Amino acid sequence: MNATRTDEDFTSSVHVYEPHRAGLPRLGPYIRTLWHRRQFAAEMSRSNIRAANTNTFFGQIWLVLNPLLLACVYYVLITILRSGDTTDAAERFVHLCAGLFAFYYFSGCLMTGASSVVGGGKLLLNMSFPRLLLPLSAVRTAFFRFLPTLIVYFPIHIAFGQPLTWQMLLAPVFLVLLTIFGAGAAMMFATLQVYFRDTASFLPYFVRMWLYLSPVLWFAEDAPERFESFMIFNPLYSLLGGWTDLLVRGQIPDLSLWIFGVAWAAAAAIVGSLFFMSREREFVVRL
Amino acid sequence: MTTTSATPDAVVVENVSLTYRTTFERVPTFKTAIVRFGRGERAVKEVNAVQDVSFAVPHGNAIGIIGANGAGKSTLMRMVAGILPPTKGRIQVNGRVSTLLSLGVGFNAALTGRENVVLGGLAAGLSRKEIQERYEEIADFAELGEFIDMPMRTYSSGMFQRLAFSVAVHMDPDILLIDEALSAGDAKFKQKAAAKMKDLVTNARTMFLVSHALSSVRDLCNDALWLHKGKLMMRGTPNEVIEAYNTFLKVGEDAFSLEDL
Repeated sequence: MNATRTDEDFTSSVHVYEPHRAGLPRLGPYIRTLWHRRQFAAEMSRSNIRAANTNTFFGQIWLVLNPLLLACVYYVLITILRSGDTTDAAERFVHLCAGLFAFYYFSGCLMTGASSVVGGGKLLLNMSFPRLLLPLSAVRTAFFRFLPTLIVYFPIHIAFGQPLTWQMLLAPVFLVLLTIFGAGAAMMFATLQVYFRDTASFLPYFVRMWLYLSPVLWFAEDAPERFESFMIFNPLYSLLGGWTDLLVRGQIPDLSLWIFGVAWAAAAAIVGSLFFMSREREFVVRL
Repeated sequence: MTTTSATPDAVVVENVSLTYRTTFERVPTFKTAIVRFGRGERAVKEVNAVQDVSFAVPHGNAIGIIGANGAGKSTLMRMVAGILPPTKGRIQVNGRVSTLLSLGVGFNAALTGRENVVLGGLAAGLSRKEIQERYEEIADFAELGEFIDMPMRTYSSGMFQRLAFSVAVHMDPDILLIDEALSAGDAKFKQKAAAKMKDLVTNARTMFLVSHALSSVRDLCNDALWLHKGKLMMRGTPNEVIEAYNTFLKVGEDAFSLEDL
């Protein structure tokens, strides 16, 4: 018999399969396998991106063009709503770009994540691997679709005369938190999508509403006092608020934004992954 | 662990049953869930796919699984591969499993054959380096020529299958699970695939072959199982089992009993 790797739960030398209740798999081996198979998730995401770009004329340019056009449209919209008030117009536009690009990254995590398990149907039926790889691969896809817009952001930032500050270097912290939050949400919606196939069709409306409730079209401190105490229950209020404060204005965000940002990201990741893992062995019969 | 102790069996299946609980809705949605809840209905329907099956397969055996459609053959294979957990019983698998249950799983039709070999290999749990080492062998075996660098949507179904088969057998498995994989290749490739499978088996690898082509079970396997409606009907040499199966098909279910043989 040829030597096999013993560190791999899913393809190692000895496996025992026994019935289970809807409980969690053993976390240690599960996470080890997940780490071992990370290349597969990366390659899956890479090939999806490559495949998506082969047939489109604009390809990756479209990834930048779309949020940029939206930013312009929304800019016109908020100017109208502010009845033509153009004080700190440049800052508003740059803030809109930074917020919108990050928001589209998050909504990409949600959308591709939600369809990752159901879309991978054939793969699930025929291969044994930690299913958590599917939403994680979707998050990677979303990140690489976000990267070009992040690069485009900097020329905009400079062209509109916003200062370059050292505080900008802290902005990636909120990007990481947003990614963790997005991954947790992707796992949750991926699981829901297996049980309720209309999740993916109501998701765009849900995302649209979330956009208007998040500090993208408005500054975090613009929130009317009446609503301010509720705002903290919107995870994106902290996450996007902190991101744009640091990136656009070079301000250190309030302590509450840091605390709630971390808390929301951790909560989403833990709840999402546990929910997903406890359900993942039922996916095959539900597809 | 068990590899060093004296367990000669590659796969041990003990009293395994599997009951699917599936919804009878075509597409499960919120709307139907709410309507159902209002009517106080339950959407779950139970299907006994495999019932109390036990067998052990020693290393180096090529075992053919035959039976009618819906007999539970594919379900059994999925349980051995660890994709479906059994509802009752216990399955122990000693060795690395490679599956060829459905063609081109994990392949992306928009990408070239070359990219898909990498993707398929990673899906099967190899590292990038191990795939590079095997790449030439895989490509040669599939005999795709210049098509290996063309998108897979341009492939014929036979070419698709050749590449999928080639990837699966080159994963260096201890246990290879094949489900109806040899239906689309041409005669020449079938011979080559058969030779490759025999080669694997002689190297003390174990193979499970699900097939409706009884002749290929006879040619390739030295052991056979016959499943009918989720139950294990017979275990024996391919000739015995196929003969019993054929008799069964002639006389029909009601008149048949194994004692009559």
